[in-house]
Amino acid sequence: MDHRPQAWGRPRDDIYGAYDGSYLQNSGPKTATQSPVVTGTSVIAIKFKDGVVMAADNLASYGSLARFTDVKRLRPFLDTSIVGFGGDVSDMQFLDRHLNELAIDESYEHESTSAAAASPEGQGEQGAATSAPAGKLNAANLHKYLSKLMYRRRNDFDPLWNQILVAGFDGQTKPFLASVDLRGTTFSSPSLATGFGAMLAQPIMRKYAATEEDAARLTRDEAVNVVKECMKVLFYRDARSLDRYSIAVVTKDGVELSENEQLEKQSWAFAERIRGYGTQTV
Amino acid sequence: MAAMFSQNPLMNGPNYSISDTPRINAPEGAREHRFDPYTDNGGSTLAIAGADFTIMAGDTRLASGYSINTRHYPKLFKIGGTTADQKDATIVLSVVGFAADGEALKERLDTICKMYRYRHGKPMSVKACAQRLSTILYQKRFFPYYAYAILGGLDEEGKGAVYSYDPVGSYEREQCRAGGAAASLIMPFLDNQVNFKNQYVPNSGEGHALQERERRPLTRSEVEVLVKDAFDGAVERHIEVGDGLQIMAITKDGIEEVMLPLKKD
Amino acid sequence: MPGFDFSNYNRNAALHARGVPLPKATSTGTTIVGCIYDGGVVIAADTRATSGPIVADKNCEKLHYIAPNIWCAGAGTAADTEFTTNLISSNLELHALSTGRKPRVVTCMTMLKQHLFRYQGYIGAYLVVAGVDPTGTHLFTVHAHGSTDKLPYVTMGSGSLAAMSVFETQWKPSLTQDEAVKLCADAIEAGIWNDLGSGSNVDVAIITAEKTTLRRNYIKPNERTQKLKSYVFPKGTTAVLNEKIIHKEDLSKFVSVHELTEESGDVMEVDA
Repeated sequence: MDHRPQAWGRPRDDIYGAYDGSYLQNSGPKTATQSPVVTGTSVIAIKFKDGVVMAADNLASYGSLARFTDVKRLRPFLDTSIVGFGGDVSDMQFLDRHLNELAIDESYEHESTSAAAASPEGQGEQGAATSAPAGKLNAANLHKYLSKLMYRRRNDFDPLWNQILVAGFDGQTKPFLASVDLRGTTFSSPSLATGFGAMLAQPIMRKYAATEEDAARLTRDEAVNVVKECMKVLFYRDARSLDRYSIAVVTKDGVELSENEQLEKQSWAFAERIRGYGTQTV
Repeated sequence: MAAMFSQNPLMNGPNYSISDTPRINAPEGAREHRFDPYTDNGGSTLAIAGADFTIMAGDTRLASGYSINTRHYPKLFKIGGTTADQKDATIVLSVVGFAADGEALKERLDTICKMYRYRHGKPMSVKACAQRLSTILYQKRFFPYYAYAILGGLDEEGKGAVYSYDPVGSYEREQCRAGGAAASLIMPFLDNQVNFKNQYVPNSGEGHALQERERRPLTRSEVEVLVKDAFDGAVERHIEVGDGLQIMAITKDGIEEVMLPLKKD
Repeated sequence: MPGFDFSNYNRNAALHARGVPLPKATSTGTTIVGCIYDGGVVIAADTRATSGPIVADKNCEKLHYIAPNIWCAGAGTAADTEFTTNLISSNLELHALSTGRKPRVVTCMTMLKQHLFRYQGYIGAYLVVAGVDPTGTHLFTVHAHGSTDKLPYVTMGSGSLAAMSVFETQWKPSLTQDEAVKLCADAIEAGIWNDLGSGSNVDVAIITAEKTTLRRNYIKPNERTQKLKSYVFPKGTTAVLNEKIIHKEDLSKFVSVHELTEESGDVMEVDA
């Protein structure tokens, strides 16, 4: 028994254990760093001769729970670029809101030219205000913007827990595809994939587009088929994936986004002859 | 009695059960994620100064873990030109380590060099740029840029100049330097082949009296051969080095850039 | 009980806590695969061994002999795969001699998993076991903790996902021998190019009821490039501080000396 006056009226350490006072201290450093909670898995993308194809499945996982099965992780920007998000979904939604504001500001900025250019088939909820005049804030600019944002957040120790792919055009003619992650690391390649896709889908895509020259020879149909094949492999082998996915194609004519694709022609033929895991034969 | 007063301003006064509480550390491996602001993206760089030129080189692989992020990530940057394509630049910066910090460091140094140029109406000297880079690095002493930088150019006399840095700004002018993942593989090779370390003139004496092989400035073609061989060797033995080799030659006529293939496994 | 001695475990943990680094083992951060086809089974491996980020061996052999009709591809700690396969190979030979029958793949797999399970994953051997025996063609994976899997195509090691991407896009239920070899070699190549832990060459072993064919360095896509310069130093470049010459005749008093001839092929390679 502790007889010191300071101990009077307090829970006894020998019974209840030492009191954890750490959470009462509000003088320490602000702990902004979280960890991802609801997450999206891979995003994959490949360049072809007149644009870029990108895909991501529609699942948001909560740990190993398939929590939301209709979450759209590809987002068009100003009908000129696509942004694909892997990682934390709440951070994705924050960025989505931020990009909406940016798109509206951009459209006001260039209002005189954009009024006429406003695309009639505006992408759903984005509305006409966000369709941009050509030549303003292209994918390369948007990627630079996002990379500065992400790097700033990592410097503040308050990262946005995402890996992002940005696809569209560099200036007017050259297809553009680049990545930025939660630490602000940026890189670009003829094909890119985040998360599991980096290990499972990249080897497949690199066979079709090892270099920029190879990518410049791919047709749109070839690129779409490669991406669909990769989504199938990811569904086979990534336990946090789904067979419903979004696929987007960005060309000079704008963004075509399809948000409710279903994986086709799956093959489970290997399963037929499996009997047990070892000595079993029946 | 001082020990009895809590360090906690909220509950200041004599109370022991809180202040005596040992800081709880989560059991090993209990915390799933703690944000680590750094990663090592691998890759290697090297620079050699000649009599009237400087040659810098770096591989173009960007790796993280066992994955290749991209096979085309240049690590050499022209600094302080007046145009977007930097065609009138006279200084080259190479960075390896954490790619995002490298990029940020390059952008900062470039802006500073550009500001200098606009204010003074002349490009920054390598010596001045080198000192400024050291300051930039030390400014982030307690949250450093995790980048091993090498700066190359021509000094006021037109001689090749190479400055090498540690991540917090300690720097030195040198004849040659290798940086990054395969630095420990390439540097001994450079010591031996550029500065003729451990080479003696045969039959020039006995034991310690042996005469060291005399140093002489290497020609540009000799240096280019050494650079290619150094990287071919590094690629063989370091898994994070490969894909492509970017070489820049800085002479009084400007900066020439070449891209060569390296092994991709 | 025979086996490993864990009595120094606590000492090592205490030393490690004080900052003494643990010894680093050579690991075969590897790509290994296996695939059953109509009439046999094929296994393949890359040939890179690493120690951290350094390539320890550019052309190591990861296909291990167990029995004439059973072979094993190993990933993980190099020493563990080597010793584990050797041990099981010996025991299986004794077993075959005492029963007077050909060894079976299930027997080999069971011995491996029971051995590895006993050591709770501390023996870091990750194996692909393949073979043909009187009961048919078999392909298994065995993990270091002792779990096993039986599938028509398998991959393991750090390049397993890259290799699996090839199987998941190109595998079909019925394959010829040539198709299976091509498929396995392609899978290993995916690992070689896309996984930093894998590299150099492709080794392949084809096992049928009749025989096993080992195709060492079946594909060599990573030949070392010729150096642009010769790095031969003139004799006397290195400083000699003192010198003592022992003649061959003196040496032969203590050890037996064999002369190597050109024909024997054992002459050491010396730089020109």
